[in-house]
Amino acid sequence: MTETRAATVRETAGDGGSRPPHDRTSARRRRWWLEVGWKYFFAAGIIFYAAFPLVYILSASLNPRGSLAASNAIFSAVSIENYMALGDTYFWAWYGNTLLIGGIAAVGAVVIGAAGAYAFSRFRFSGRRASLSGLLIIQMFPQTLAFVAILLMLLAIGEVVPALGINSKISLIALYLAGALGANTFLMYGFFNTVPIEIDESAKIDGATHAQIFWRLIMPLVTPILAVVALLAFIAAFGDYVLAKIVLVSEENWTLAVGMYQWVSDQLTSRWGLFTAGAVLAAIPVLVLFLSLQRYIVGGLTAGAVKG
Amino acid sequence: MSVQHDEAQDLETTSGPPSTSRRGGPSAESHSRGWRGLGWGFLVKLAIMAVINALGLLALISAFRVESWWIFGITLALLVIADIVYFTKKALPLKYLLPGLAFLFVFQIFVFGYTAYIAFTNYGTGHAGSMEQAVDAALIQGERRVEGSPTYPLSVVERLGGELGFAINDGGEVLVGTENEPLSSVDVPTASGAPSDVPGWTVVDRGRLLSDQELQAAVVDLRVPVSEDPNDGAIRTRDGSSGAVYTSTLVWDEEAQTITDTVSGTVYAPNDRGSFVADDGSSLPTGWYVNVGFDNFLAIFTDPALAEALLIVTIWTFAFALLSVVLPFALGLLFALVFNDPRIRARKFLRVLFILPYAFPAFLSALLFRGMFNAEFGVINDLFFFGADINWLGDPWLARGAVLFVNVWLSFPYWFLVCTGALQSLPSDTLEAADIDGAGKFRRFRSIILPLLLVSTAPLAIASFAVGFNNFTVIYIFNDGGPVIPGAPYRLGSTDLLITAIFDIAGISGGVANYGLASALSILVFIVIGLIAAIVFRQTRRLENF
Repeated sequence: MTETRAATVRETAGDGGSRPPHDRTSARRRRWWLEVGWKYFFAAGIIFYAAFPLVYILSASLNPRGSLAASNAIFSAVSIENYMALGDTYFWAWYGNTLLIGGIAAVGAVVIGAAGAYAFSRFRFSGRRASLSGLLIIQMFPQTLAFVAILLMLLAIGEVVPALGINSKISLIALYLAGALGANTFLMYGFFNTVPIEIDESAKIDGATHAQIFWRLIMPLVTPILAVVALLAFIAAFGDYVLAKIVLVSEENWTLAVGMYQWVSDQLTSRWGLFTAGAVLAAIPVLVLFLSLQRYIVGGLTAGAVKG
Repeated sequence: MSVQHDEAQDLETTSGPPSTSRRGGPSAESHSRGWRGLGWGFLVKLAIMAVINALGLLALISAFRVESWWIFGITLALLVIADIVYFTKKALPLKYLLPGLAFLFVFQIFVFGYTAYIAFTNYGTGHAGSMEQAVDAALIQGERRVEGSPTYPLSVVERLGGELGFAINDGGEVLVGTENEPLSSVDVPTASGAPSDVPGWTVVDRGRLLSDQELQAAVVDLRVPVSEDPNDGAIRTRDGSSGAVYTSTLVWDEEAQTITDTVSGTVYAPNDRGSFVADDGSSLPTGWYVNVGFDNFLAIFTDPALAEALLIVTIWTFAFALLSVVLPFALGLLFALVFNDPRIRARKFLRVLFILPYAFPAFLSALLFRGMFNAEFGVINDLFFFGADINWLGDPWLARGAVLFVNVWLSFPYWFLVCTGALQSLPSDTLEAADIDGAGKFRRFRSIILPLLLVSTAPLAIASFAVGFNNFTVIYIFNDGGPVIPGAPYRLGSTDLLITAIFDIAGISGGVANYGLASALSILVFIVIGLIAAIVFRQTRRLENF
């Protein structure tokens, strides 16, 4: 508002008060530039800031020379050599591991979180408030802080049940599921409360059991929040480095985070082409999921889930 | 009973003709009795519980065999609780909470407790097992071939499951043993040379032994004890065709609890720090872990080199956590204020482009910037600084700036989204009132928009602070927490956060591991987070409307 007024004042002073009609349109245009037009330039600046690294990685992935130095000339050469070369590495095994682990962790998180939210939302039991508060507190302590104990515990478990020890994808999934109740119950609890309890009651009168109400009535009604929780759990598992690094020892069991870190930290310049091609491929599922569920995620984020 | 009844009815209706009777008018049963889900639900539950019980029992047997009483007890408890919860009508809410609670207890609460326990020990490199294991390790390390001892013809044998063993020919008698089973006699006709046929075992083909590198390494490492007494030594082989007795130059005296070096005559006695030490002060490399009280906590504050490095790390942790809320928040708010304007076209499209960095996986972004900030070949020096040789990742302050830049890039879209949402839900009547009162743009922002915005985003800001406090991924993947602070132990670096410092001290990425010290530091960080959590708890008061 002030800017506009200042602009008008300056204009009137310059023109000496009398304005022919064509000046009015130019004044309006100037006002538009001052209030709205510049925002497009600003947006262009932000887009450059936000997208430059992504454009760069795309160009580097298409650069057949594959070194860090050669990648600086954006789109100087285009070939899919790097993408083909991924076939000679463990990349696709890592990709499969990551999708598998993330997928199972996401489904598990949804089931555990939904069941927990259902219990807190529909049953009244002693210790309910205390358990909810307890969960809220526990989920603030990141599991990663205890990774030394996790490592030693998995070594001990591995002596008893080798399938659950170190280097097992199952134990990594179990570790991810440990946070499921604390992190997701709150998000889902609020959503479950918006489903009217009368629906449960009428089903109960019709003879439905609590399990039937949960699986057949409530779950279909809360699908949006299930999608959000699944996505958040998937992204969390997808992006985890520290637990995956501790648990997965042998190279063919690694996830993308562990494997691609190794590529970049070991031989930065020589593997750059491989890394960028792999990164483009790895980012695709997350980008697609994220952008397609964007509307839901914004709601989920503001309800308390924070990334980075 | 009712379940079986339903089950029978279920089968009847599915196998019979199309159920006209079910829909057929008032003569049919009450529809509540015709509900078809229960039987199958129960069967599914039964199947799942059967599997869980079977696996649990296997785990129990296995834990019993290796005498792992902690695991035995926890498995048993979980199994009993699960059976009680799912096969009685009591504890209805627990039926829904138990799966999550089980994971939570074992992999979160228990490991927190275990961390606290380790914090009071000297667990780490050189102190990684029990005293018994330390003795075995010491004896193996001191192993030499007995001088003048005979060489036995030997063949490598294999049992079902890939377990390797040695079969030797001791003057016509064939003896077989593995790493865990001492040599014992096998009843086969006397043979000369290496045993070629051992009942119950497959003799490993020599050609395979020569071509398979992994197998070779395993054979060279294999030691088959001569008898139950570790002092008797073990059979080892260099070439896979002849073996000899190797005994340790160290002798374990169980009664005196000492290890004696038979060559030099030095006697090593255990001390209260979990090591075998001699009178002259020398010690054996392998020790065991013992309780050391508050030593780890004291070391954090009193060991000069460590305390100094950790102070730098701690200050940077708080600075990083604070700045990685404030900077992206300011940037996101600015963008939100500018673009929360209905006159701008294609806002949805712009928004998608703005949030791209947030949708890109964080670890990939950190790796990408690691390359982009490379001093020699990186695109940032090359393109934006005209080929200058700025050592972004090697200089402490530049590295700090760079990692903040990366984190701002990663997280400003989040705050852009949050602030846009918050701006759109601001009460319009208050804003109109300010307009009517003649408040200018800045005044309106400072006195109305910002305070209201801060109130609605405060919980998120605190949560984001806590995330930044433990942002392992960005810090470690971007620059390994480096560059290393000169003279700092455990290679602690200038951009290390407390959590990556713990990772370094624990030696996961290589180097000396000190689990006890790492856990002690974890406990301190727990306390800090507990304080933050308490503040959040008081602030949000979300619990009031349960």
